Amino acid sequence: MMLFILICVPLLAGVAAWWAEGLGPSWPRWIALVALILDLALAVTLVRPSSAQWLLQVQWPWIPRFGITFHLAVDGFSLLLIQLSLFLGLASVAISWHEIDGRVGFFHFNVLCTIAGTVGVFLALDLFLFFTLWEVMLVPMYFLVAIWGHEARYRAAIKFFIFTQGSGLVMLAAILALVFLYHQHTGRYSFDYLQLQQTPLGGQTAIWIVLGFFVAFAVKLPAVPFHSWLPDTHTQASTAGSVVLAGILLKTGAYGLVRFVIQLFPTTAQALAPMAITLAVIGILYGALLAFAQTDFKRLVAYTSVSHMGFVLLGLFAGTVLATDGAVMQMIAHGLVTPGLFMIAGLLQLRLHSRDLAEMGGLWSVIPRCGAMTMFFAMAALGMPGLAGFIGEFLVLVGTFATHPTYSIIAALGMLVSVIYALQLVQRTFHGEPGALRRIPDLSAQETGILAVLAVLITLFGLYPQPVFQLLSAAPAVTAHLAEALP
Amino acid sequence: MSRADFMAILPLLVLSTTMIVAMLVSAFYRRHGAVMAIVQLGLMLAFAALWPADAQVPRRVTTLLMVDRYALLFGGLILVASIGVATLAYGYLRRAHRPEEFYLLLLAASLGGLVLASSNHFASLFLGLELLSVSLFGLIAYPIAHWRPLEAGIKYLILSGTASALLLFGMALIYAELGTLQFEHISIAASTEPSHSKVVIAGMVLILGGIAFKLSVVPFHMWVGDVYEGAPAPVGAYLATVSKGAVFVMLLRFLPEAGLYGKPALLWILTLMAVASMLIGNLLALLQTHLKRLLGYSSVAHLGYLLVILVAGGPLATEAAAFYLTAYFVTLLGAFGVITLLSDEQGDNDALAEYRGLFWRRPWVAGVLSITMLSLAGIPVTMGFVAKFYAVAAGIERAQWLLVATLIVASAIGLYYYLRILIALFSARGRTTIVATPSYSWSGALVVVAAGLLLLVIGAYPVPLINLFHGAL
Repeated sequence: MMLFILICVPLLAGVAAWWAEGLGPSWPRWIALVALILDLALAVTLVRPSSAQWLLQVQWPWIPRFGITFHLAVDGFSLLLIQLSLFLGLASVAISWHEIDGRVGFFHFNVLCTIAGTVGVFLALDLFLFFTLWEVMLVPMYFLVAIWGHEARYRAAIKFFIFTQGSGLVMLAAILALVFLYHQHTGRYSFDYLQLQQTPLGGQTAIWIVLGFFVAFAVKLPAVPFHSWLPDTHTQASTAGSVVLAGILLKTGAYGLVRFVIQLFPTTAQALAPMAITLAVIGILYGALLAFAQTDFKRLVAYTSVSHMGFVLLGLFAGTVLATDGAVMQMIAHGLVTPGLFMIAGLLQLRLHSRDLAEMGGLWSVIPRCGAMTMFFAMAALGMPGLAGFIGEFLVLVGTFATHPTYSIIAALGMLVSVIYALQLVQRTFHGEPGALRRIPDLSAQETGILAVLAVLITLFGLYPQPVFQLLSAAPAVTAHLAEALP
Repeated sequence: MSRADFMAILPLLVLSTTMIVAMLVSAFYRRHGAVMAIVQLGLMLAFAALWPADAQVPRRVTTLLMVDRYALLFGGLILVASIGVATLAYGYLRRAHRPEEFYLLLLAASLGGLVLASSNHFASLFLGLELLSVSLFGLIAYPIAHWRPLEAGIKYLILSGTASALLLFGMALIYAELGTLQFEHISIAASTEPSHSKVVIAGMVLILGGIAFKLSVVPFHMWVGDVYEGAPAPVGAYLATVSKGAVFVMLLRFLPEAGLYGKPALLWILTLMAVASMLIGNLLALLQTHLKRLLGYSSVAHLGYLLVILVAGGPLATEAAAFYLTAYFVTLLGAFGVITLLSDEQGDNDALAEYRGLFWRRPWVAGVLSITMLSLAGIPVTMGFVAKFYAVAAGIERAQWLLVATLIVASAIGLYYYLRILIALFSARGRTTIVATPSYSWSGALVVVAAGLLLLVIGAYPVPLINLFHGAL
């Protein structure tokens, strides 16, 4: 029941926020803020030491004809991601407090619905329910890009939707193929995760089914070569859209890989590992190189996302506990760092009406506080020791070295390139000759506050990542299962 | 014929009686409201008559009609859709000159649909089909003062006539070879004497061609654009739902009963038609700037999805087809309902440019239109998603990988134009030009709101409908 409430709170608040627009433009903002704080508090209270696989479970009948149930469950891994999502939801509501001034109610409705959908995705243990939520969360996200985005938003929104929905249908076909196989063996239909886990699978069929799942998640992650929607969508989305997209939606792809590829099909996932690792390493280097070549602030950050999520993919398929822990840490780090950079891009765009790096330069003397913040987040993005990103990337590389040393060495080059793009970002924006005299305000107290909270968390996890691993080990399933599945 | 026979075809009898009554009333007492009330009452009575008929099933009434659960279920669907269209039409025609005969034609067409749903003989097939098509000529060209509906009506008349000729020729070939017009005798006769098979196959191909025309399946889809665009919006709804649905229902019965699943050549033809419809329908729809035309081409694609279910066959197919048709009916009634609401006697407002920014002016109407588009695209929590789920499931169950793969690719293509409509509706810059239209008719609003609600409620909790179809079929 608790889990159901966890989904319902943002959903109902979304409806309320839309309706409350009539009362005044600040009502939806406050409703969204309060609801997300409540939900986050709720999610935090769920943390408890437990030796069971699932901390909490609930299962209600839904469509008995096909054995579809409303099955929600949470373990340490999903709880971690839920908390991250709710926190970033909070941050995105706060950062768009002044940026969004048109159709405020509908905006917050969409933000809250996206968050409700993602929380649902992290909780669903019925494949039909999972797929439903997986697709449903696209619609409000689509609106976030298409209505409040920048100049080429329609194209970007449509591209985003077609990529994710099209790959989703491939996953639907894979789910159904799995269900019919289960039906052949047992004579019953079931979409339940725990039952489908026991489907005897083998050979060619299994590979195809797993590939169906893999494609959907690889598009969302995104892994090269399915990444081309990401730069467009990020560039065109509003700040809140980018924050939600980078911080929350991309994580659903990684979560799906763990839950519905590696844990659901341990042996087949092992067979696919060489392919996944190759894609991951290509993604790390290719994303970093492309980031280096960008002239658009947001596009640059978007490509760093491709690179960072490459580490996640690498860590998940490397097959050691160390690498898996590193991948999860990298997810958290990326979820804090990239939104920070997107927020800065949004704040700069609000002031300069441009994202073009060529038009920036010399801003440090004009807006020093913003410069310092950018410097910090750029350092975090390049994996500076002492910050969260370093822990993630380091553990992934060390963990991968044990099983795939060559790939680990090549991937380490990615960290080198990341230094170049991160420093270049700071240099082209804030250093050099100041352009035409600009009278733009520095970060306000509120904006500084939001960024500072992110920065504190990044430092905290960088110096003391234990809480994350603690929560992970509350659900021994994730790491242990992964490690034994992929020797 | 015994009393039980009459009970079994009671819905058809009620409908025919209503037609005569409505005709007499409109001859002596020309009141739009009165005729409409009689027609609605007749349709509802016919719907209620499904229960007494259900007590008699399965029952063969003469050699022409087979009344069984299948026929009654789809008959009910046709009746409900007709009620919806009649309600829409009432608001649409309220300022029209002599609107009464519209309902007569509508009743006749629905009668044809009911006959098709229970036909298992070539004679009743042809009777039902012509009853439906001939009434549609009149319905499409009903606003005779405008040239577009007239043009559409004549196009449909000529092409539909050609298709009927194909159909008749096919039937003649089969009759000449096998000496029977009954569906199930065909399969027996064809299997016992394989020497006939070439002529029989030729006949079947001609029949499939004729039917494919009515279904607007590629390569017989040329008429769709002009006819959908020219037809008045409520008739468009009827064309898309009842007219195609009834023919599909007939095909779904004809195929297994005539033993066509045993003929790989025919199945290949159907497979190719399905693949081509899904792809070409969606590709053509990409380029459209008018909503009705777009829905026409999108219906080509959706018939392709339905053909996937048909070709797959298997235990899930009938149930899947029933759900798909229901979802499609509700969705299209909603979409054409919105167009009807926004149109006036000057002609239908369906240029996409006119819908720009509609959401910010008319949130409810635009909201329903958005839901119907999401449903057509197959996004979850709408009926369209459950329907697509069924289609994919039916295909995968029989391992029809080519069809399933095409379905996925075609859906991804289709997303583009459904999203384009959404973008137009939510566009902030555009100014909708149709806010000046007169206030909505209550009847149209009723249909639109009901369709929108049904799409969401059944989309989220499809259990009652699934159980109904699973239990009945």
